[in-house]
Amino acid sequence: MAERNLMKGNEALAEAAMRAGCKCFFGYPITPQTEISAYLAKYMAKNGGLFLQAESELAAINMVLGAASTGTRCMTSSSSPGISLKSEGISYIAASDLPCVIINVQRGGPGLGGIQPSQADYWQATKGLGHGDFHVLVFAPASVQEMVDMVVKAFDKADEYRMPAMILADGLLGQMMEPITFPEIKPLEVDKSWATNGHKNKREHNIINSLFLTPEVLENSVNNRYKRYEKIESEETDAEVYLCDDAEIVVCAFGATARVAKSAVNTAREQGIKVGLFRPKTLWPFPKQELLDATRCAKNILSVEMNMGQMIDDIKLATECKIPVSFFGRTGGVIPKPSEVLNEIVKIGGAE
Amino acid sequence: MSLNNIKKISIITGHYGSGKTNFAVNLAMYLANKGETVRIVDLDIVNPYFRTADFKELFRDNNIELSASVYANTNLDIPAITFDVERLANESGYLIIDVGGDDDGAMALGRYCEALKDFYNRGEIDMLYVVNKYRYLTDTLDETLSLMGRIESVSGLQCTGIVNNSNLGEETSAKTVLDSCDFANSICSATGIELKCTCLPIECEAQVPKPFNVKRYVKAIWEE
Repeated sequence: MAERNLMKGNEALAEAAMRAGCKCFFGYPITPQTEISAYLAKYMAKNGGLFLQAESELAAINMVLGAASTGTRCMTSSSSPGISLKSEGISYIAASDLPCVIINVQRGGPGLGGIQPSQADYWQATKGLGHGDFHVLVFAPASVQEMVDMVVKAFDKADEYRMPAMILADGLLGQMMEPITFPEIKPLEVDKSWATNGHKNKREHNIINSLFLTPEVLENSVNNRYKRYEKIESEETDAEVYLCDDAEIVVCAFGATARVAKSAVNTAREQGIKVGLFRPKTLWPFPKQELLDATRCAKNILSVEMNMGQMIDDIKLATECKIPVSFFGRTGGVIPKPSEVLNEIVKIGGAE
Repeated sequence: MSLNNIKKISIITGHYGSGKTNFAVNLAMYLANKGETVRIVDLDIVNPYFRTADFKELFRDNNIELSASVYANTNLDIPAITFDVERLANESGYLIIDVGGDDDGAMALGRYCEALKDFYNRGEIDMLYVVNKYRYLTDTLDETLSLMGRIESVSGLQCTGIVNNSNLGEETSAKTVLDSCDFANSICSATGIELKCTCLPIECEAQVPKPFNVKRYVKAIWEE
């Protein structure tokens, strides 16, 4: 058996990034993502990379823009309010068709909010991470092992599609310890002939830019990007489908909340309730077809989130509003308990 | 299960995630079950959550007095200590001090090193270094010793005992613990510090040196 290690979620994200070939990290401190920066501050240089604590979030994200322009694998991490500060830069990176990885270890909001876990940045990550027409790939891990696997995948997919990829984690996942195994990692080899890494008078100089003086040229660049998004929406969705074959109730949950929901689903099954769990592993693109398939027998969907119900619209759109969607959530840094989710399942199950 | 010669004050130090808190809770419960007076201190100024203060109901039900920062498990990220460790040390009964991870966490202990010196010189303090062979980056002898040196240096106190708490969380088996004994032994040999105990989950049976049966108190919320 491969070697098992006990790791904290945040450390696992950092170590996986280095193993995936990340050579530059630019960040600014914030709880509960702290251990990512602390870990990389200690080990990045030893691994032949660069760790830099910038003077602000704005500086950090613009350093990512610069490093990504050279074709170097680079990353930043923050927690909710810090991501808001970085959103302008993320828009610039997306507009410049540059790959990078952004980690959000979410905490309570809005505003300064709090340091306890939350999933209230779902809308921000999937629908509005900055101004303008653009998307970022959004991966939602639910275990420390998945943190590792998804960071590796995020770097590959970011390179493949020349766009930012986000790991949307939360404080609970970031702070918890679980045994993991590091996979053998072979970073995807991607042609980066667009990189601004010195032409040495041997080729035309490359330009990385997000300013277009002619509206039609800008429109054209956005259209080209959306053609890539179309391909991503059809090829890059991913979900875990658990006990949904005969499920009359399908619980939808992502990230750490899905672990809580799964525990409730197992207990409800023991009580004879036909319930399953659908867990999107990609939030953008949202796994619409997978959800349609998983809810074939469903009479009810229950969305469980650590927010006020930000995923409900995506569930309704995917299922064309044909199945009623109820919601249970806690917010402000409160984690739903399995018993609370079970109560909701029993309520719906008993109402029929 | 044997845990001999428990000193008046046990200071629990070690790497992030070596299982200090779980050991501290087990030690407190072990003493409380023997009818002893037990006080426990959550001296963690590093971790925002998953800490000794999480077990306040368990402590209350077992007459264990918990001292933790009033900011523990709140939305305030303030590394403050809002209680008096020196006073607690002078009370009768046992005192368990659960220190934050690494040398960063042990920094808070340095604040009390003068106050604790007399207890230390009288041999009333066990400064325990908790090790876990399965923790990434402290799974080799060199790394483990180097971290121990840094913890001793910032805290101003010398380690007096090694706690082998090698575990893989919920995956821990008898074999997990058995396979770690050589590792713990090599730390004891290299430092000349005695093994305090080998933590063995209550559901496991294995022939290990100085076994101390432990329950897994630190669990994920979905294991409720």
